[in-house]
Amino acid sequence: MLRSAWRSLLHHKLRLVLSGVAIVLGVGFVVGTLIFTDTLNSTFTNLFSATTSDVVVTPNEDPAASGSGRASRNGPPLTLPADLLAQVQGVDGVAKAGGQVLADGVSIVGTDGTVLGTTGAPTFGSNWDDDQDLTPFRLTEGRGPAASGEVALDSVSAEKSGYVLGDSVSLVSPDGAMTATLVGVFRYGSSGNLAGATIAAFDTASAQQLLLGGRDEYTEIDAVASEGVSQEVLAAAVRAVIGDAATVRTGQEAADQAAADIASGLAFIDIFLLVFAGIALFVGSFIILNTFSMLVAQRSRELALLRALGATRGQIVRSLIAESFGVGLVGAVLGLGVGVAVAFGLQSLFAAIGAEIPTGGLVLLPRTIIVGLLIGVLVTVIAALAPALRASRIPPMAALRDDVAIPMRSLRLRAIAGGILLVLGLGAMTAGAMVGGGAGSQYVGVGVVAALIGAIVLSPAIAGPLVRILGFAFPRMFGTVGSLAVQNAERQPRRTAATASALMIGLALVSALTIFASSAKTSITQVIDRVVGADFLISSQTQRPFPDQVTATVATVPGVAAVSPVKIVPAEVEGQGAAVVGVDSSTFGEMVTLTFTSGSLAGLGTGGMLVDTATATGAGVGIGDPVTVRVTTGTADFTVTGLYDPAGAYSGYVVDAAALAEAGVETGASFLYVKAEPDADPTQLQEAMTAALVDYPTVQVLSQVQFREQITSSVDQLLLVMVMLLSLAILIAVLGIVNTLVLSVVERTREIGMLRAVGALRRQIRTMVVLEALVIAVYGAVIGLVLGVWFAVALQRTLIDQGIEVLDIPWLGLLLFLVLAGAVGVLAALWPAFRAGRLNVLEAISTE
Amino acid sequence: MTQDTIAASHESPTAGPAARAVELTKVYGEGETAVTALDSVSVDFGRGRFTAIMGPSGSGKSTLMHVCAGLDSATSGKVYIGDVDLTVLKDNDLTRLRRDAVGFVFQAFNLVPTLSALENITLPMDIAGRKVDQEWVDSVIDTIGLRDRLRNRPSQLSGGQQQRVAAARALASRPQIIFADEPTGNLDSRAGAEVLSFLRRSVDDHGQTIVMVTHDPTAASYADHVLFLADGQIVDTMDNPTAEGVLDRMKGFDGKGRRS
Ligand SMILES: Nc1ncnc2c1ncn2[C@@H]1O[C@H](COP(=O)(O)OP(=O)(O)OP(=O)(O)O)[C@@H](O)[C@H]1O
Ligand SMILES: [Mg+2]
Repeated sequence: MLRSAWRSLLHHKLRLVLSGVAIVLGVGFVVGTLIFTDTLNSTFTNLFSATTSDVVVTPNEDPAASGSGRASRNGPPLTLPADLLAQVQGVDGVAKAGGQVLADGVSIVGTDGTVLGTTGAPTFGSNWDDDQDLTPFRLTEGRGPAASGEVALDSVSAEKSGYVLGDSVSLVSPDGAMTATLVGVFRYGSSGNLAGATIAAFDTASAQQLLLGGRDEYTEIDAVASEGVSQEVLAAAVRAVIGDAATVRTGQEAADQAAADIASGLAFIDIFLLVFAGIALFVGSFIILNTFSMLVAQRSRELALLRALGATRGQIVRSLIAESFGVGLVGAVLGLGVGVAVAFGLQSLFAAIGAEIPTGGLVLLPRTIIVGLLIGVLVTVIAALAPALRASRIPPMAALRDDVAIPMRSLRLRAIAGGILLVLGLGAMTAGAMVGGGAGSQYVGVGVVAALIGAIVLSPAIAGPLVRILGFAFPRMFGTVGSLAVQNAERQPRRTAATASALMIGLALVSALTIFASSAKTSITQVIDRVVGADFLISSQTQRPFPDQVTATVATVPGVAAVSPVKIVPAEVEGQGAAVVGVDSSTFGEMVTLTFTSGSLAGLGTGGMLVDTATATGAGVGIGDPVTVRVTTGTADFTVTGLYDPAGAYSGYVVDAAALAEAGVETGASFLYVKAEPDADPTQLQEAMTAALVDYPTVQVLSQVQFREQITSSVDQLLLVMVMLLSLAILIAVLGIVNTLVLSVVERTREIGMLRAVGALRRQIRTMVVLEALVIAVYGAVIGLVLGVWFAVALQRTLIDQGIEVLDIPWLGLLLFLVLAGAVGVLAALWPAFRAGRLNVLEAISTE
Repeated sequence: MTQDTIAASHESPTAGPAARAVELTKVYGEGETAVTALDSVSVDFGRGRFTAIMGPSGSGKSTLMHVCAGLDSATSGKVYIGDVDLTVLKDNDLTRLRRDAVGFVFQAFNLVPTLSALENITLPMDIAGRKVDQEWVDSVIDTIGLRDRLRNRPSQLSGGQQQRVAAARALASRPQIIFADEPTGNLDSRAGAEVLSFLRRSVDDHGQTIVMVTHDPTAASYADHVLFLADGQIVDTMDNPTAEGVLDRMKGFDGKGRRS
C-alpha cells in the first residue's frame, strides 16, 4: 500500500508541486514572522543590556519624573551626586567604579544638514570612559574625547552623518546649536546596532555641562567587583554603604530589567506581527487543506479501484496519511528556507519606511523550526484525513461507474453554525460600538475574530447563490463561456469558498485599516481646524524641547503678532504620573480654541488650571477644586477653573508655564504657536522665521496645513506598513487561486476536451477559466469588504474618545480594492487558463 | 498496400462526398516505438449515408474517425470535409470547422455536467454565438423523445438518455457529417437500439451523413454500408449489412487481427 501511495505521488507531479507550494508558503510565512520577531527582540535586548559591570546604581524612581507619554523625555534626567561615586568606590569588594552620564537630547546634524534621529528614537548624549569594563562603548577609530570641544560618535551615526575624524560636527543640545571636533568613533556593545538611536560622547565635564546643567552628577554608577566577589555580595555591600539614597542592582538584574522593559515595550510589535503570523498560518493552512482535499477527491476513482481490488479502508486511509506526511515534511523543510527570505523581506520593508531595524544576524530559534515543521506536517495530514476518510467510504463498485463522486456532507450544519457565529460576531462588534471605550474595543476585537471565522464556516453555504448573483452579467457579456464559468464556480461551493477565504480575510483587514486610517486623518484634520487658531507651528524634528531663545528669536521676526510657547512637563498630579501642559496664559487663547463645558480660560494666569472632562472624571476633580502638581524640583498649587471637551491630542492638565517655572521647571518649549499679523504674507513670513532660526537646525516652521499634513502622513505610513504585511496574505491568496484553478482544470480535463471537440476555441476556454477566477475573487472581496466596513465602523465608534471623532469611509478606495481583487483573480487565472487552452483535445477526451 | 479508393457510397453525381480521406497515414510515436495506426487509407463518406466502421481492437478505427473529424492531425495524406482540406488548417479554423460542420457522439462523457439536457443540445451553437434554429431543434428533440427531461442535468439521466441527448446535440447544429465512436458501447441492447434507430431516422428523414465506429454487428446492421479495418488498412466493405452477415465476416478477420 505504501508503495502504491508513493507511485501515485510521483505520477501526479503537477499536483504534487501544487500542494507542495501551498505548504511551503504557509510554513514560510509563519516561520518568517517568527524569525523577524525574534531578531527584533534579540537586537533590542542586546542593545540595552550591553553593560558588563557587576553592580549598577541608579537614581530612585520618581513618578513625577516619568510623567506620561512623550513628556517622559522632556524632564531633566534623574541624577546621582558625585560623592555617591566616591562612596561606591570606597566599598569593600569594589575593584573600580565609574560614573555614567547618559541622557536623551543631543542631536547630530549631518554634513548635508539633515538631522539624525527624527524617527523618535532616543538621541543620546553621553560621557566617555576609557575603561572598557565600565562602559559598553568600544572604540573603533581615533580616541576618546578628553577635552571640551571634542566628541566621539557611534559608528552608525558617524557613517550616516558623513563625518570623518577631524571634522567639525554640528550638534544640537538642549541649550542650542554647538560644534565639536570628531576625535573618535565607537561601536556600541557587540553588534554596534542602536536600532535608530544615536550617541554623541563627550568628556565627562562637557557631558555634565550639556546634559545636567553643569552639576557634577551622574545618571548611573557602575561598579566592577574584585576577584572572587560575587555580584550579589557586592550589591549587598554597596547597599549597606549608600542605604536607600539610590537603587542598587546586580549587573544581571539590571540586564534582566532592561530586557523585560524592552520586551514589554516591544510587546505591541510582537502582538502585531503574531497577528499577521496567525493570519498567515490560517490562510496557509487553508490552501493546504483545500489543495489536498481536491487531490484526494480527484483520485477517488483510483482509490475506489484499489478498494475493489481488495484494499481495506484502513489501508486506503493509512496510505493517504503516509503520503500527506511525506509531502508535508518536504514542504515544511522548504518552507523554513522561504521563511528566512520572508524575514529578510520584512526587514527591508521596515527599513524602507524609515524604521531602523537591525540588518543581518537573523535569529532562527529551535522553536521556530519545530513550529514550522509541526505546522507543515500536521496541517497537511489533517487536510488529507477528512477526504481520505470520505474516499475510503466510497463503495468499491462505484469505481466502475463513470461519475464517482465522493459523498459530501450536507452544508446545513455549516450554514447554521457559521451563521450563528457570524451573527454573534457582528453583534459583538455592534455592542462594542455602543459601549465604546476600552471595554467596547475588546468586544469589537472578539467580534471581528468570531465574524471572520463565522463567515469562513458559512461561506460554502452561501457561495453558490452569491456567485450566481455576482456573475449575473457574464452570460450576457460572454455568452455560453460566461455561464459555464459561473456554473463552474458554483458547482463546488466548498472549493470556491475555501479559495476565496484568503482574499476575504485579507480584504476585510485591509479595508478596515484603510477606513480607520482615513477616519483618523479626517478626525485629526477637523480637530486641528477647530482647535488650532495659530497660523504657524514651530517644533523640533527630534521631538525634543528646544531652548527659550527660539521663542525670543521668533518674536522679533517682523510680521509675527504673537508667539505662544507650550511646554510639556512630566509631573505627578493627584498621585498619578501625568503630562502637564504649561502655556503662556496671555497668548494661549488666541492660538487654541477649547470648548468649555464649565468655567473658562479666564483664571489661567492667576493660579487656575484647565482640565479636560475625561481626565477630570478620572482624577475626581471639578471646578474650584485645589490640585497640586509635583515636579522633580518642587510643587505648585492650582485651582481648577475650567473644564473642556477633550479633542484628540488636546487634552490633559493645562496651567500657566510661569507657575511651573517657579517650581523649578527648566524644560524648554516643545512647540510654539505663532499668530501672524493680519497683513503679513504667509509664505514670506514662514521664510523669514526659518531664516531667523538658522542656528537651530532641528527646529522647523510649519504652517497649519503643513502641520496637519505631517500628522496625517504618519498615519499613512503606518497604514502602508500594515497593508504591505497584509499583502503577503494576499500573495498567498493569489497562489491559492492558482492552485484551485489548475487543479480544477485537471479535474475537468475531459469536459474541456469535450467543449473543444464540439467547437469551443482556445480563447473561449481561457476566457472561461479567467471568468471563474474573477467571480471567485470578487466573491471573496465582497464578503471581505462588508466585514471590513462593519469592523472599521465599530472600531471608530469605540475610539471616539481617543480623538477618532468622525467616520470617513473612502468608498472610492474600497471600490478600487474590489477592482484590484478582481485583477488579482484574473492574474492568478492566467497560467491555469493558458494550460487549459493548450490541452490536446483528443488526450483530454480520453483522460481517465 | 491497398491503393484503390474504396467508395463508401454510390456517389450522387451532383454533390461530392461529405468527407474524404486520401492516402491517409497516421503514425504514433517515433523510431522503434512507432505505431502505424493508419496505413495509407483512402475512403469517401457519401452524403446522406450511414457508414459503420468495424474491425478488431487496435485496428485504427478510432484513429481514422479522429483524423477525419479534425480532432487529430494526419502524418501524411489528405482529409477533406466537403471541399475543405483539414490538413492545412490552423487550430482556430479547425475548431470552427468542427463547431460548424461536424457533430460528435463519443462512447461516454459526451455532456457538460453543469448544463441541462437542452443546454447541452444547443451547446455548439451557443459557443458559436449562433442563433438556434428553434423549429429544427424542436423536431430533433421530438425525435429523441426526451421533451419532458430537457431541464434535467446529465447526472439525472440514464446512460441511454445521455447518449440520445448527445446524438441530438450532434444533429442540432445540422452538421455536414456526424462521427460517432462506439456510441452504444456502454448501453444495454434496448438503450442501444433507441440510440441507433434515432441515428437511422436522422439519415432517412433528414439526409444526415453519419460515420459510426462499432464492435457490435447488430449496431452495424443499422448502417447502409460497413467498412472493415485491420492493421490500419481497409480490408473489406459490405453494403446493406445484416447482423449475421457482419458477424460472419468478422470471424474471418478476428484470426487475422490477433495474429498481428
Ligand atoms: N495516442 C496514441 N499514441 C500511440 N499509439 C496510439 C495512440 N492512439 C492509438 N494508438 C495506437 O494506434 C493503433 C490504433 O488505435 P485505435 O485507437 O485507432 O484503435 P481502435 O480500432 O479504435 O481500437 P478499439 O476498438 O480498441 O477502440 C493501436 O495500435 C493503438 O495502440
Ligand atoms: Mg477505438
